[in-house]
Amino acid sequence: MACPPAAPASPQRQPSVKVILASADVQRVVDRIAHQILEKTQGAADTVLLGIPTRGAPLAKRLAARISTFEDVDVPVGVLDITLYRDDLRRHATRAIGPTQLPPGGIDGKRVVLVDDVLFSGRTVRAALDALNDVGRPASVQLAVLVDRGHRQLPIRADYVGKNIPTSLAESVKVTLAETDGADEVKLFGGAP
Amino acid sequence: MIRHLLSGADPDLATATQILDTAAEMATVAGREVKKLPALRGRTVVNLFYEDSTRTRISFEAAAKRLSADVINFSAKGSSVTKGESLKDTALTLQAMGADAVVVRHPASGAPHRLANWVDGSVVNAGDGTHEHPTQALLDAYTMRSRLGRLAGLHVAIVGDVLHSRVARSNVLLLSTLGAKVTLVGPPTLIPMDISAALAPGTAVSYDLDAVLPDVDVVMMLRVQRERMNDSYFPSAREYSRRFGLDGPRMRRLPEHAIVMHPGPMNRGMEITPEVADSPRSTIVEQVANGVSVRMAVLYLLLGGNNL
Repeated sequence: MACPPAAPASPQRQPSVKVILASADVQRVVDRIAHQILEKTQGAADTVLLGIPTRGAPLAKRLAARISTFEDVDVPVGVLDITLYRDDLRRHATRAIGPTQLPPGGIDGKRVVLVDDVLFSGRTVRAALDALNDVGRPASVQLAVLVDRGHRQLPIRADYVGKNIPTSLAESVKVTLAETDGADEVKLFGGAP
Repeated sequence: MIRHLLSGADPDLATATQILDTAAEMATVAGREVKKLPALRGRTVVNLFYEDSTRTRISFEAAAKRLSADVINFSAKGSSVTKGESLKDTALTLQAMGADAVVVRHPASGAPHRLANWVDGSVVNAGDGTHEHPTQALLDAYTMRSRLGRLAGLHVAIVGDVLHSRVARSNVLLLSTLGAKVTLVGPPTLIPMDISAALAPGTAVSYDLDAVLPDVDVVMMLRVQRERMNDSYFPSAREYSRRFGLDGPRMRRLPEHAIVMHPGPMNRGMEITPEVADSPRSTIVEQVANGVSVRMAVLYLLLGGNNL
């Protein structure tokens, strides 16, 4: 849920834009999450990274690449499309579904780390947990996010957080990545200047 | 997204491509442990069949069930239709029961179009008279794309009883949208005059199967409708079979990569010999499997969102 409802525009004030993480910061944050995963999973044994589209997928790939640089282990990476499991599916026009690609070894009995860009209401993660249920039975599931902006609507928390950003509901957080948008950046839109 | 699927001409290039791409994702569900998706939970799909059908009805039923929709099967036999209820009254009954989509097969051409004006939900044409059968065209296109890797620029020969074939009509319309070239082949009595002008300009017509075969990527054999055999469209079944049936020697005249399709049910020995039907070039069994994925994609794209 990277895109919350737009802030109510007040005519006098221009919506402010604040860069929270610049390109180099994003890289450092990804490096730190990779180290944390290694630490918490005893060297990423029996671990699978599953990215949630759109931006979770390239993030998962980057994490796997960093992990293999740091410790020389190859962590299987996959993509988990959650479109058909969303709880707001029929509140919007029909959404295009994306590919779900599980690594060749599958996820049964593995430690699955879900990867997404922004953790907000928690509904995307709930949908991902439902989707996981239908594709296999992991031994355990963890969650890694680049940004946690708060305002959870479900009892869900992340195991690895790149950056906690306290926000108001009027603000919105936008993550861009080189793979999908051309540049790495985390921006905060709206709110007080 | 479109609201109904009544004709092979309904989806434009972007929509048709979206349906085929979605079908490719739906196909992966068949290989999973839990062959079910929650996308249409709480939606009701009615299969309204006024004509006998095995594969189409079962295919739609399987597709709707894999998407977790509730399925109500209605066949004209054993219903109030035999007491004289009209299509409209039946439709209004289904409407009152809260059908979100009606999949209809009817012997009268145009019946699904009428139905679409009477019900609030989506209408999917599962074959109307000698008119159209759009999901068959979509699954044929899907099969061609998955076997040959592309659709644009393909040369497809549709062979046989084009006059009575709803499959041929929907295929011509959809394939022209997707950029394939179609040649209709059959005896002059079974190919309507001006068909290319009426359906899709650029559609070629040939009365000589042997001349067309070396130049095609796909040959699609149509069923000879035995019930029409007495109407003297051709002198005898044997003569038809000799001129327009696909046998081993004819198949070997096809280019190396070409595939053989048939919408089923087949008359083995009539339009297609068992040697051809069971050869590795034949996609007949694949077409049936792909039918479920394509119909899942259609039902999801029609019913998945709030575009009712």
